Amino acid sequence: MIAIVKYNAGNIRSVQNALNRLGYESIITDDPSLLRSADKVIFPGVGEANSAMRYLRANGLDEVIRSLKQPVLGICLGLQLMCESSEEGNTTCLGIFPNKVKRFQGDAIIPHMGWNNFEEAGGSLFKNIAPSENVYFVHSFYAETGQYTTAVCNYIQPFSAALEKDNFYAAQFHPEKSADIGTLILKNFLEL
Amino acid sequence: MLKKRIIPCLDIQNGRTVKGINFVEIRDAGDPVELAKKYAKEGADELVFLDITATIEKRDTLVELVERVAAEIDIPFTVGGGINSVDDVRRIIAAGADKISVNSSAVKRPELITEIADEFGSQCVVLAIDTKFNGNDWKVYVKGGREETALYAVDWAVQGVSLGAGEILLTSMNNDGTKGGFALDITQSICNAVKVPVIASGGAGKEEDFRDLFTTTDATAGLAASIFHYNEIPIPQLKDYLKTQLISIR
Repeated sequence: MIAIVKYNAGNIRSVQNALNRLGYESIITDDPSLLRSADKVIFPGVGEANSAMRYLRANGLDEVIRSLKQPVLGICLGLQLMCESSEEGNTTCLGIFPNKVKRFQGDAIIPHMGWNNFEEAGGSLFKNIAPSENVYFVHSFYAETGQYTTAVCNYIQPFSAALEKDNFYAAQFHPEKSADIGTLILKNFLEL
Repeated sequence: MLKKRIIPCLDIQNGRTVKGINFVEIRDAGDPVELAKKYAKEGADELVFLDITATIEKRDTLVELVERVAAEIDIPFTVGGGINSVDDVRRIIAAGADKISVNSSAVKRPELITEIADEFGSQCVVLAIDTKFNGNDWKVYVKGGREETALYAVDWAVQGVSLGAGEILLTSMNNDGTKGGFALDITQSICNAVKVPVIASGGAGKEEDFRDLFTTTDATAGLAASIFHYNEIPIPQLKDYLKTQLISIR
């Protein structure tokens, strides 16, 4: 069973739809025992970092997520919340990855919205995937690159498109909305 | 590099895809879910569903349609037409849409944009603007293009973004259905005025129209309906062509 973390962030349903298409059963839950016993946990989300972290702390989910031992995949806001801190609402995040999350600066269009390729892509999520492939991004904040960065994308400057550390994985893009390539990335995670 | 997006638009009436010419004459163009799947497979970058009669007729069929689309396709999609309240948005997003678009309802009550952005984020709110050149100015029209307002397109786009809109979907009524190309001038005026993605719509008739859009304006996406529905320009052919023109395309 795959558990999808239920919290005050949108767009969780589309992750479940993607899992259904791949033939995986999933449950959307905030129950700590169900999250701990799941084969894999997906931590998705579209929303605002500060209110999301407040919700997670108020419900004890911050400790639960940090202490999970099975493979965990953060998506979009999920990735940002797994980092150390975010400039969005000046938020202290879960600190699973030491990266800092910053707001895109400059004159370019923000959010970074649409399909973009990787500059480089390695690690377990990108098995059989070339860096030239495109995936779908929608975000105004980005995680800096660092030692746990497994995929880099460039918009305004290079940033972490994916992170990996121990049993924790994270994608800034939306694999559930990235057509065949996204499906392959999800499959790579589900088959870990 | 960020890619320019090709977006088929499906106008929905009573659960079917339809296409009007200059906002008036309506032709049937097929089952929306089947068309959506076909477009996603062919490489469409996003989809837009506009329920063109939603302001008049019942909306439950739209929510069911959104659920079916969300279950079947793996690219982002926007749903618009007759969204009047945060409650409407909640139902559409819960059914699986990635974004919603507002048009007449936002002109009537601009705070709606802020209310939706506050709850779902700006990335979720597309401000659809129907505009027509009256000889002097590009004015904003509402109610499916039937009613002129006092608003100017550029001013309304700027106001909409300041209220929380995360994207502008600009349709030139002068160009819509003519297949004579996009309205490049007003598209670029909007691009110059706001720092959010702009989707140009109305007038696409040939591959070169998309090239001109992407080489002469900063629009990040081109939207069209009939040329895709009637297979006049298959999406793979359009994308291959744009790549030969060195436009950044997925």
